Amino acid sequence: MHDPSILDAPPNRHLGSWALIAAVVALTLGAFGYVGGWLAPHRLTPRRIVDQLQDNAGTFAGYRRNHAKGVCVTGYFQSSGQAQAYSDAQVFASGHTPLVGRFAIPGGNPYAPDSSVPIRSMALRFAQANGQQWRTGMNSMPVFPVSTPQAFYAQLKAQQPDPATGKPDPTKVAAFFAAHPETAAFRAWAKTAKPSASFATENYWSLDAFVFTNNAGKRQPVRWRMVPEATDTGSSVGNGNNPDYLAGDLTQRLSQGPLRWHLLVTLAQPGDPTNDATKEWPADRPTIDAGTLVIEHTGPQESGACRDINYDPLVLPDGIEASDDPLLPARSAAYADSYLRRTSEEAHLPGSAVAQPKPEIK
Amino acid sequence: MKSDANTFTLPARVLHWLMAIMILAMLFIGVGMVASVSERHEWLLRIHKPLGIAILILAVLRLAVRLRHPPPALPVDLPAAQKLAAHASHWLLYILMLTMPLIGWAMLSAGGYPVMLSDSLRLPPIFPTSPVAFAVLRHLHSWFAMLLFLTFLAHMAAALYHGLIRRDGVLSSMLRGGKKVAVIEPAEMIEPAIEPDSMR
Repeated sequence: MHDPSILDAPPNRHLGSWALIAAVVALTLGAFGYVGGWLAPHRLTPRRIVDQLQDNAGTFAGYRRNHAKGVCVTGYFQSSGQAQAYSDAQVFASGHTPLVGRFAIPGGNPYAPDSSVPIRSMALRFAQANGQQWRTGMNSMPVFPVSTPQAFYAQLKAQQPDPATGKPDPTKVAAFFAAHPETAAFRAWAKTAKPSASFATENYWSLDAFVFTNNAGKRQPVRWRMVPEATDTGSSVGNGNNPDYLAGDLTQRLSQGPLRWHLLVTLAQPGDPTNDATKEWPADRPTIDAGTLVIEHTGPQESGACRDINYDPLVLPDGIEASDDPLLPARSAAYADSYLRRTSEEAHLPGSAVAQPKPEIK
Repeated sequence: MKSDANTFTLPARVLHWLMAIMILAMLFIGVGMVASVSERHEWLLRIHKPLGIAILILAVLRLAVRLRHPPPALPVDLPAAQKLAAHASHWLLYILMLTMPLIGWAMLSAGGYPVMLSDSLRLPPIFPTSPVAFAVLRHLHSWFAMLLFLTFLAHMAAALYHGLIRRDGVLSSMLRGGKKVAVIEPAEMIEPAIEPDSMR
């Protein structure tokens, strides 16, 4: 079929062909390495964000890399039907949708005292009857400090504790805020914010914008927030010596009956920024009460139904879409990385972090 | 030499080249999306899932075509080690193109995610929810992807080696129909030394 003497030919006879084959292989390998990030060390990747979260807070096997301390809750959403005009999502049709949620505080340390940060968060996974899901993670502040994943990463880096003092270097933090004027609205909020005594009395904002779509093909940019029915400021549990007072407060409140929030959806008008979570929309934008969130039960996150849920904000049902907010894909990607790390630890896979006992409280 | 046994059938060739593009694109999409925090992450993921299921369907079809129409035999003078490498790598490619989509599907099922192929098209779960299974399957998905990429590289290099250096008709059996091969191969035999030298 071919000339067998070719194989015995002098080595340079096919040099051009060998070089071509080597070049094609090397080029493909190089392109793969670049796209995969191995040959693009400066690109911000989910891995780098999650590594930085670990550098700041420590590595706690089995726990989320951010908002590590929290509790599971279950309940349902009772739709008012009012959002149906804007979104086809089944969750907004009349009726109720079961959900598994989680209250938490920011930071990667699952043993941090509840008073260490003024922010609380609420994450929900709505399970629609048609099998689609809506997952959302909200914070108890109206604006996010930064608008891009790059700035978020720079903020984490600036806030990394100095090994000498165990605290962030104030000059680095100041330099970060000076270089990022978009953080002004958040800093103004943080100045007056105090750690609340209860998860139940907080508002929780979506921060990022999303897009509602209806069956007529109309696209409506929105933001939403959960507004509590509970308005008291105090808590009978008291937070004197208990660093975990939020969980205690929640358990006590739920023993007396369910807790309720209203899902208020704000409709953007043309020109309102959908790609910048540092900017609030004007207060006069129309708002619809899409329904009532009813939380009935709570349990520890180590054994509760929320433990194995990744509250990825881009798991969305038909009728809700992502906006052009650059934080959304970064959250989705980083949460996925965090989820793989903690499930790998759960599985005791080689190379994953090993769980440590809870540190003694001094 | 002019018989059909020397070339792949037309369906086999169409499936081969179509899937070559799809699988190579899939590998780049996969490593690209997990290494990105930009909007690329989201739109690559939206392509990744339906493309994976399309590859699974085509792989099943292709296996059926292959079992019905066995591929042409390798050249008789091919060293035994190369024959073994050829057969092993082809079966490895089949195993990987069939299992990769299934692992991805099972992995999302185990992670408790809805397996959405579009805004509204959802596949049923094929694995019970389990964080341990998710972690194992997710890592397996990555390792098999690397193995698939390396096998693809070896496959591509071997195809070029057959086409440019051995010039034994193996590459053309996937490029051309039976009649053309019969015309072109003798020409290759007459002037085996001209082209490779001129390539330098």
